Amino acid sequence: MKIFFVLNDTHTIIDVDPDRRVVDILREDLQLTGTKEGCGSGECGACSILVDGESRLSCLMLAAQLEGKRVITVEGLSVGENMHPVQEAFVEHGAVQCGFCTPGMVMATVDLLNRNAEPTRSEIREAISGNLCRCTGYQKIVDAVEVAAKAMKNEELRMMGKDR
Amino acid sequence: MPAVPTSWSGSDLTSPVRRFAGSLICLERIDELKSIHEADGQIFIGSCVSHTKLMENLLIQKNFPLLIQAVKVLGSPPIRNMGTIGGNICTASPAGDTLPPLHTLGAIVEIRSIDSNRLVPLKGFIKGPGKTALQKSEIVYGVWINTNQDYNVCHYEKVGQRKALAIAIASFAALLKLSESGIIEKALFAWGSVAPVIVTSQEAEKMLIGKPLTAESLKSVVPLVEKAVSPIDDVRASAEYRRMVAGNLLFRLLQYGNHGST
Ligand SMILES: Cc1cc2nc3c(=O)[nH]c(=O)nc-3n(C[C@H](O)[C@H](O)[C@H](O)COP(=O)(O)OP(=O)(O)OC[C@H]3O[C@@H](n4cnc5c(N)ncnc54)[C@H](O)[C@@H]3O)c2cc1C
Ligand code: FES
Ligand code: FES
Repeated sequence: MKIFFVLNDTHTIIDVDPDRRVVDILREDLQLTGTKEGCGSGECGACSILVDGESRLSCLMLAAQLEGKRVITVEGLSVGENMHPVQEAFVEHGAVQCGFCTPGMVMATVDLLNRNAEPTRSEIREAISGNLCRCTGYQKIVDAVEVAAKAMKNEELRMMGKDR
Repeated sequence: MPAVPTSWSGSDLTSPVRRFAGSLICLERIDELKSIHEADGQIFIGSCVSHTKLMENLLIQKNFPLLIQAVKVLGSPPIRNMGTIGGNICTASPAGDTLPPLHTLGAIVEIRSIDSNRLVPLKGFIKGPGKTALQKSEIVYGVWINTNQDYNVCHYEKVGQRKALAIAIASFAALLKLSESGIIEKALFAWGSVAPVIVTSQEAEKMLIGKPLTAESLKSVVPLVEKAVSPIDDVRASAEYRRMVAGNLLFRLLQYGNHGST
């Protein structure tokens, strides 16, 4: 089955069995191995992607569901060599240890900050509650999300010519 | 070829799907199944409304805060983005978080096939764990709930092993109408995860009418609740623990009383 969708801002056509899992298409067919598979059953969030701007689990999505959708994976966040502010904050603030949960955490964070530019710590915890991390103990991830929120806010102000 | 309809997030379906040989019909792009609207004193919730959309909907927030409380603790944010109310109902799990609230709210399930249309109360729709009244080639179109709900207290609580992504060990939905002086004028209760299907107890509800909302009143109906449930032992909890929790959850209602606990 031919499927047309927009992947990381690029029009994409794939010809796959409609019941293949999206995580397998991304990782195996399209070599986008940033998206991880932890549990394969919806419980760890490592496979999170954005579909039409909303976080979804690619291990619970089948190919046919991609038709006409706008998909962003972790590979689609950076611009050239420049990391996304969320990625930068994660690296700078010790939110990455083994890194396996990171792509999913980052996608959940981007989803959150798109909806809520100034989340409280408890709102951050709630937003990443579907993402498991075996390493960090979550504190540093919450710290990083706070920093990312501020950085994105400042960047927005700068763009509006209101640099402080 | 056999066909399995699915609203599809596939959150319940995708693991078995890998072993499933038939055809899948994806309902997620049918607009009318994603609608929430009011008609003749009732609110219709289409089967493909996601939990996230339900939580964000103003009609639901205004009329059925109980349902919002339940959906807020369902799964995790991405599960709520993907999972639907229709999928939750059709899964017919005793732990389904929308089921106790939908029971107390008296939800009616609208079932459709190509040439038929029928309405079944939720209570009759769910026959057992994973078993529903759906016939071959029928789908759940949506649910209808009356807006003239006569209560001023609502409570949903799930007892799980952790906060997020917890499958209920026991869950409890309650609607109360309290008079200004704190007398219970109406009570509706439903428990999840403590029997093969959602448990209700009209006996307990009736017995509380006319009584003040105090620990003493609630204590008097605990034996009725313990009798109504038929829990199992499983990896998450023992039957005995579930029975005890089902009774004890009633006492959470004290926080809404004028006089607090006695
Ligand atoms: C990690 C994880 C955590 C979860 N946590 C919770 C939780 O805390 N609480 C909870 O209640 N549930 C939980 N669930 C279960 C599930 O997400 C919900 O029940 C969800 O509402 C299912 O909706 P769906 O659209 O994904 O259904 P699907 O998985 O697509 O379908 C489920 C079943 O219903 C049938 N079906 C679906 N829609 C229709 C329809 N309109 N007409 C006829 N048949 C239909 C399908 O054929 C299938 O048999 C969890 C699931 C996962 C994977
Ligand atoms: S791999 Fe998808 S949630 Fe764990
Ligand atoms: S950094 Fe290792 S799982 Fe999160």
